[in-house]
Amino acid sequence: MNDESTRPEPQPPRAAPKVVRRRNWLPSLIWLIPVVAALVGMTLVARILMDRGPEIVLTFKSAEGLEANKTVVRYKDVQIGTVTHIRLATDRSHVRVLVQLKKEASAFTAQDTRFWVVRPRLDTSGISGLGTLLSGAYIGVDAGTSEETSGEFTGLETPPIVTRDDSGRQFLLRARDVGSLDIGSPVYFRRIKVGQVAAYELDPDGHGVTLRVFINAPYEKFVGVNTRFWHASGFDIDLNASGLKVRTQSLITVLIGGIAFQAPDDQNGPVAGENTAFVLASDETTAMKEPDGPSQTMLLYFNQSLRGLSPGAPVDFRGVVIGEVKSIGVEFDRGERAFRMPVVIQVYPDRMRRRSATDPDARISSFQRWQLLVSKGMRAQLRTGNLLTGQVYVAMDFFNDAKPAKLEPNQVPLELPTQPNRLDELQSQVADIARKLNQVPFEEIGADLRKSLASLDKTLNSTEQLARRLNNDVTPEMAAALKDVRQTLRSAEKTIADDAPLQQDLRQTLQEVTRAAGSLRVLTDYLERHPESLIRGKPEDKQK
Amino acid sequence: MSDPGVETAAALRLVACHHCGTTWQGAQDGEACDRCGTRLHARKPDSINRTWAYLVAAAILYLPANLLPVMITKSLLGTQQDTILSGVIYFWVSGAYGLAALIFVASFLVPLFKLTALVLLNITAQRRSSWRQLERAKLYRILEVIGRWSMLDVFVVALLAGLVRIQGFAEITAGVGIAAFGAVVVLTMLASLSFDPRLTWDTGPDALAEEMKMDNEPI
Repeated sequence: MNDESTRPEPQPPRAAPKVVRRRNWLPSLIWLIPVVAALVGMTLVARILMDRGPEIVLTFKSAEGLEANKTVVRYKDVQIGTVTHIRLATDRSHVRVLVQLKKEASAFTAQDTRFWVVRPRLDTSGISGLGTLLSGAYIGVDAGTSEETSGEFTGLETPPIVTRDDSGRQFLLRARDVGSLDIGSPVYFRRIKVGQVAAYELDPDGHGVTLRVFINAPYEKFVGVNTRFWHASGFDIDLNASGLKVRTQSLITVLIGGIAFQAPDDQNGPVAGENTAFVLASDETTAMKEPDGPSQTMLLYFNQSLRGLSPGAPVDFRGVVIGEVKSIGVEFDRGERAFRMPVVIQVYPDRMRRRSATDPDARISSFQRWQLLVSKGMRAQLRTGNLLTGQVYVAMDFFNDAKPAKLEPNQVPLELPTQPNRLDELQSQVADIARKLNQVPFEEIGADLRKSLASLDKTLNSTEQLARRLNNDVTPEMAAALKDVRQTLRSAEKTIADDAPLQQDLRQTLQEVTRAAGSLRVLTDYLERHPESLIRGKPEDKQK
Repeated sequence: MSDPGVETAAALRLVACHHCGTTWQGAQDGEACDRCGTRLHARKPDSINRTWAYLVAAAILYLPANLLPVMITKSLLGTQQDTILSGVIYFWVSGAYGLAALIFVASFLVPLFKLTALVLLNITAQRRSSWRQLERAKLYRILEVIGRWSMLDVFVVALLAGLVRIQGFAEITAGVGIAAFGAVVVLTMLASLSFDPRLTWDTGPDALAEEMKMDNEPI
């Protein structure tokens, strides 16, 4: 270094100010690098932020098949978001899945958007989600339409049967029970599958279930206000006078159940609107019946045994079932110090009246109508429906000899007077007879009878001997006598015959008698004309 | 506060040419070397500022480098986007601890270490601190040694993206993150280049600045 620096301090005065200016300029240039870096970084971050839509939280019962940063959210197989975190809820009852939606998917935060996990699934409506076997589960979306948005959604445990982009219409069916139906069970119209059961739930009061069925377009127009729905599950066996009929919708419904619908006489009426409620009948026959209308609960008190009567037994008016027995019981009447048997029945008055009678603005109320009927002698009576099994039903009928009764207007349920059963009376009479019969000394009678029979036997024996004797002794005599009789008859015949002498004599005698009668007439004529001849004799005689 | 017995070039008013090594006594800063024409500087011109600029740029890009996916794997089973750390976690979880540790060190720790170390060196140099000068010098040497390893990730991704390209079955493409990561590595290398290790030894309100009229904080 020292060897090189041979030059002794060369030219100290140099253009210093120029350098200073350059120094000031250069550093400002170098700061462009972090500025550029910041710009690049910011654009990257901005792009990510712009790309990233809202973040939402889904809650599921389990995170089976879900993986953070891997599981995606898809709508119509287009990725619209990614699961970023999976966490257990603080109370460990469910899983919270954080989903980062994309910017263009921000519409999926509508409050009624539904999310569910798509996994391979095998159920009654078929196999679904097979594609997820390889790719792993993903989260499916049904876009909501609500204006309000939400950041938290409860994920569905099963995929919805009906998504909002399906066109068609939903209807409500009320039924006593679900039967063999399940979500996805088919709905048939003329045996064509036109929809499916979308959901079912127990009514809040637990008295029935409500099913939601979805009828796909374009079949929803076949559901009119008159349409009846019924369970098409299994077989429908109908035994009547024309023979045995087995009806099914299709083999599938036999196995998994289904619903069918049709309007009576194909009179659909106006097309039913969304969420119209219908009654789901248990079978086609029930479905096609006239609707029962409102039911009325009534109370009957019987003073006789209810043996053979069970809840569900029919209430019958001259052979037409108008209701059924709801419950039976025993009650102690403190007033009369006696037991009586309350029977609660449910009656569908519409089955007795024509529909016009149910007019809301009818002139008389339901109570007045019952009172009228009771005053005309309507009573309830227990009758034996089946003599073999002893099943008893409640019959309503008019009894002219019934004791007059009045209805209590404010009693709930309404108490209807009853009439003792004729058969019941008959039964007691028969019992009386039996009791009397019981007193008859059958044993003594029997013994006597045996004795009599023995003597009868003896008598018969002697009779037989007598007969034999008659046969041997009397018969030949009889034969001889008969022969004599025949001879006698033959001689008599001869006597009566035309050429018999007796006949000839008789004829001559009669001729003589005729002649005698003639001379007698002559005599009487003469005497009439000449009565004096009796005294004086004939006048010729006088003239002479 | 260097050792009193050490004679520095600055104290002797000597300036060496960076290019040809000629030393000049009493040369003005910015003067051209009479031998090769290179501009003469007692220290790298504007070293601290430039280092700062590079460091700030690297720090800014360090965030997207780690947050954005560096590798996008498309296969039959779906698309997977991996960031550096998710890759590390994947390897760790799947049992390849060595590989996970290697990637973690090379791609995450080393750039971070370089950034923090350079910041430390630059701050102390700027404040003309005499704190642990020897260790700081060693630190700088370590930085130079390990700096070359931090491009490992970039190479891996470049290699995979080139190799795995089976249309329809599997495809690996480089993500935006790897570009940012590469930029971080380059920027830290530039920062360590622009840093003048001699500044470590310039301590106290020394004569150099006055004599050489070096402006420490121009901006």
